[in-house]
Parts: sequence; structure tokens; C-alpha cells
Amino acid sequence: MSWNRKHLLDIESLTADEITTVLDTARAFKAVGERAIKKVPALRGKTVVNLFVEPSTRTRISFELAAQRLTADVINFTAEASSLKKGETLKDTARNLEALNADFIIIRHSASGAPHFLSRFLKASVINAGDGAHEHPTQALLDVFTIRELKGRVAGLNVTILGDILYSRVARSNIWALLKLGAKVTLCGPATLVPRVFEEMGCRVTHQVEEAIAEADIINLLRIQHERQRKTMFPSIGEYTNLFGLTQARFNRTKPDVLVMHPGPINRGVEIDSELADCPRSVILQQVTNGLAVRMAVLFLLNGGKGPQELAT
Amino acid sequence: MSSTLILDAAAIQRALTRIAHEIAERNAAGDDVVLIGIQRGGVHLARRLGASLRQILGHPVPTADLDVSMHRDDLDNQVAPAIHPTVIPFHVTGKTVVLVDDVLFRGRTTRAALDALNDFGRPRRVQLAVLIDRGHRELPIKADFVGKNVPTSLKERINVSLREDGGVDEVRLEKL
Repeated sequence: MSWNRKHLLDIESLTADEITTVLDTARAFKAVGERAIKKVPALRGKTVVNLFVEPSTRTRISFELAAQRLTADVINFTAEASSLKKGETLKDTARNLEALNADFIIIRHSASGAPHFLSRFLKASVINAGDGAHEHPTQALLDVFTIRELKGRVAGLNVTILGDILYSRVARSNIWALLKLGAKVTLCGPATLVPRVFEEMGCRVTHQVEEAIAEADIINLLRIQHERQRKTMFPSIGEYTNLFGLTQARFNRTKPDVLVMHPGPINRGVEIDSELADCPRSVILQQVTNGLAVRMAVLFLLNGGKGPQELAT
Repeated sequence: MSSTLILDAAAIQRALTRIAHEIAERNAAGDDVVLIGIQRGGVHLARRLGASLRQILGHPVPTADLDVSMHRDDLDNQVAPAIHPTVIPFHVTGKTVVLVDDVLFRGRTTRAALDALNDFGRPRRVQLAVLIDRGHRELPIKADFVGKNVPTSLKERINVSLREDGGVDEVRLEKL
């Protein structure tokens, strides 16, 4: 058990021990969600600001409910309905939110590094809820939590991440978390979206989907990030599905105990056959449930460590 | 650091047996007594009390584990604590709940336990059993069943070691 951090900015800088601490803590918070009274007073009197400069429903709602279940007060702030539209800088917006005595600022932003930038001058704890194509740490934490919960371990498992890796912050955070916990990571997708440079992180890269998923214990599917692609990276959606989509025919040739994951939102019929998304091997909705527990754990852990004991470290 | 033995294995066993008899005596038959150990120190003691009570009463007494980390009042002042499992495999509403802990000190843990318990239902009554009461209460909390009263100074620490954790059964008073 070790956690001395004030911010959660990325997975890259976490140790395996710190990741495990989050997962163990999340297990306790998952149990809270299964009780008749699903609320605990751990963050009573604290204020959490959801600063979502880029659209999100699932992550924002998950953080909002996590904060509420810890008895914190929550403010939701979206770019469309804010002074950011009137030309206010991110720094000024964040400073104004802090002037309201916010204790946590959860930020989603299209620019990589925005959470790190805020953490340099804010007294509040900053949580990265997705920054550009860089990282989405709580998504990776909930993914490894789900894997550990259902497989009993992460180390030694074959995890295949299939889809748009280049533009995916989910992929980057997952790769870091999986490698730190000892999983074997295979990346697959069109060559334009899965460049060989990822081999330098310690992943296996292949552009042949049947081979990528044959020995997989986990298949984590990623959506094509149309909003981040400056030009078309593959000829057509239909061709993508033909070459890389998880179809029933391809699924039939995977391990019988393989788990199918997806961070959502799903594009049914594109990266996955619609029926497969709802099949018993699909754990997509369990990921959502676990996301709530993981975000409660992150808030709980960051809330500590501000007292005298922190001075020693 | 000096260390004095307060209770050895036999003395711990005697204290727990006596507490079990007192619990049986205090609560009439049909009172539906359940034991809830507070993580971490109280969990093993609650199991042992449960085994003793089963012999005395002639029927099983349910036991449960309660972690109070999420209900503590000092979360702002320290690194976030490790959370241990809370497993309460029965309804607490209407039951006579005996909370079990190893050491009663300032009373903060007991207060947190009462709050945490509240989230699971409304017991008919709650009683408190502790192996050691070392004084220095900061809240109006008092144990119903005490293994041993040990007057201490704030510079001392009570160290309870139990065989379930891989050690030997003993309670020591340590001067820091």
C-alpha cells in the first residue's frame, strides 16, 4: 500500500505498486456500490469540478457519480456553456474554479498535457480524464481492474488492443498499465494507425487480425477516432470492418475464455459485430460498473496525503 | 524502545472466554446476537469469540468483518489508509450487534464503526467488546466488555499480535 500523489496525470509515471494500490482500493469501493446505501462520507465537504473541455458522457457521469457516492459536492463545467467560448484561457478558467475552493479538478481536454499544465499552478488535485491522444489513466485502471477481477491476474496474459492505436489515449494508458503489471501486449490495426514505433514501448505490432487475436486472453477494441484524424487514414469504414472488425467468423477462432472489452462508445457493425458486443464473453458493461469503483478509489486516494505525513516524503 | 508483556497466549484465551460468557449473560436467549469485528485487529477476535459463544449457547453465532476507513474523521490528516474487506453476510436490522476490536483508545475508530454500521441497517442495540482498554478517550464511548484495562501514557503503544496473522498470541506495551 503506497500512495503519496496529489494528482493523477498519467499511467506512465505510476509504479506497478501504485497501480495495484488503486485496484485494491477500488475493490472495496465496488462493494460499496452493491449495498443498499451506496454512499460513504469519505469526501464530505469537498468540492469536485468536472472541467470537460471536450465532449464526454460516460466518463463525466462516472466521475460525477463517484464524487457523489463519496459525499463530495460536484460542479459540471462544459466548454459549450462556458466563458472558454468567450475567449477565456484554460488557466484563467481553472483559477476561477479554484477560487471557489475546488479540491479536485477533473479535466478532459483535446490538448495533450493540459492536466499537467494545470497541476503546475493549482492547489487542487488534478485528475486527467483524457488529454488529446496522450493518456486516459482512469480508463486504463478500470480496464486492468476488470481483467484482474475476471482472470484473477494480469501478469502473463496476452492482451490484444485492436483498432486506432495512434490517436487513442486509451491505448497509450492501457499499454503502460498492462506492461507495468506484466501482461504481453499485442497491437493490431491498419498500418497507418498502428505504426511500428510502438514496438519501442515493448509491444508486439502486427497488421494481421486473425493472428493478433488467435492466442489473446483479452481483446480490447478501440473506436476509430474520426475527430482526431486530420486526414483519412484508411480507405473506407467498410474496408476497415472487412480487414480489422471483430466479426463472428473471426471470433470463432479465438480462445474459448477470451474476454472482449471496449471503452465505448461502440460503433456497432464497424469495429465489432453487433451480436458480439452483447455476447457472454463481452464485459463492456462490467467495465462501466468497475469504472465507477476505480474513480471512487482514485478520489479517495488523492484526498489523503495532504497532511503532515506528506511532509516526510 | 522497551517492551512489557501484558497478556500471553493463555491470558488472551482466558480473557476472550470470559468476554464470551459475559456476552451470553448480558443478552437473553433469543436476542439474536451477532459479532462484527473491526478491521484489522478485531476480525480474528470476533471469530474466536464466535467459536466460544457457539459452545456456550449451543448454536452458531454469525460473525462479520467491518472496515471503517471510509468513515474515519481524520482522512484529511494522513495518507489514505489501506481499505480491508467489509463482509457482512446477514442483515443487521433488529440484531444485537457486538462490535469487536483489539484496542480501545481515543474512541475514534468506534465512532467510525457506528457510522459504517448504520449504512447496513438499524441494529436493535450495539455493544462493544475490546481486548484492551488503554484509556485516553476523546469521545463519549465506553466498552461493554473489556479483556484488560491497561493504564497507558500517550508515549506508549499497545501492540496486539495474533496467531492468525502468523505471529504468537501476545499483547505488549511498548514505550516509544
